[in-house]
Amino acid sequence: MIDLLLDSVLSSNIALTFILGMCPLIAISTNVKNAKGMGIAVVLVVTLTAMINWPIFQLLKATNTEQVMLLAFIITIAATVQILEILMEKFLPQLYNAFGIYLPLITVNCVVLAVSQFFVNRDYSFVETTTFAFGSGLGWLLAIVLVASLREKLALYGDLPKGLRGKAIVFLILGILSLAFIGFRGLSF
Amino acid sequence: MKLIRLRYKKWFNVLRDGFKSNNPVFVAVLGICSSLAITNTVANAIAMGLGVTFVVMLSSATVSLLRSFIPSKVRMVTYMVIISTYTIAVQMFLQAYFPDIYSALGAYVGLIITNCIVMGRAEAFAVKNPVRYTLIDGFASGMGYMFVLVLVSIIREPLAFGTLLGYQVMPEGFTPWVTMAIAPGGFFILGVFIWILRDWAKTYE
Repeated sequence: MIDLLLDSVLSSNIALTFILGMCPLIAISTNVKNAKGMGIAVVLVVTLTAMINWPIFQLLKATNTEQVMLLAFIITIAATVQILEILMEKFLPQLYNAFGIYLPLITVNCVVLAVSQFFVNRDYSFVETTTFAFGSGLGWLLAIVLVASLREKLALYGDLPKGLRGKAIVFLILGILSLAFIGFRGLSF
Repeated sequence: MKLIRLRYKKWFNVLRDGFKSNNPVFVAVLGICSSLAITNTVANAIAMGLGVTFVVMLSSATVSLLRSFIPSKVRMVTYMVIISTYTIAVQMFLQAYFPDIYSALGAYVGLIITNCIVMGRAEAFAVKNPVRYTLIDGFASGMGYMFVLVLVSIIREPLAFGTLLGYQVMPEGFTPWVTMAIAPGGFFILGVFIWILRDWAKTYE
């Protein structure tokens, strides 16, 4: 279980080795505060939706209607995000003010849907699914915070060629980080 | 006559914007996940590009048809349902006719649903325009996307496997550059590409 968790956070980091969730990662990594907010929201939603989607998939498998899997998953994700937003606004207004704006964006974050598809492909049990989803969320949080802190420093001290400013340098940062994270595979969890 | 010219103009503009000044990958930096993850072979890039084009065109057209019926509060969920329906069609088609490509693309076919390009075109263009323009716009965005995918994969495939569309192009004794086949290669190539294109088009941030 620990192996699976470490593997999904480090050596198979969902952002840096599977290249998922790039649109929000690039758009929101301009400062560390926003990156953290988005990351925490993703951890929450990924774990929750994977836990809901697992029984739904078992049901679909039992009734032999796996073709509509994607449709079912995306509806669960959209609904969960919506409900979470309403509940948060009602009961935890402080938290809502901090993380609320990131929630609607998560529906189109491919990490969420990808995690649900991965547990299907890899045939995980419920506990494994939850661990894997939580680990993937944490891994994404780690990646976005790393990129955001590097970008903050670059904005302060960096003297880049014009064409590299903004988005292009983010890809180079991501490439180097990704090489580093693939290095973790040497530890062979 | 004037009317025809005007219409031609709008069609043409929509088409050109999707390729150049509004290219989803280079300018808007959308749809990155799949453009990096699957571009290690040209065949995958073409399959993904065509799949996305199909989904963008049809889902934009559907959104445009239904645009006066969709309440704005639940529009995101409605788009999601429309988009996933077409994505499932693509998935089943690939599974039936191109099982090799299907297994190579894996989960990324399903991720067309969350490709921001599809959602972006629905939200930015399809809700405001009649069906015939949405088809053109979807085609232009999809092709602009595929153009980038193929360009990146043409560089990555020979370096990573020594082949191009499955044929050996590198000389005997070429050592495959493994990094190009996995994530970092994609990041570096796309980063440099964006750099070159922005210098060429003089669009800086």
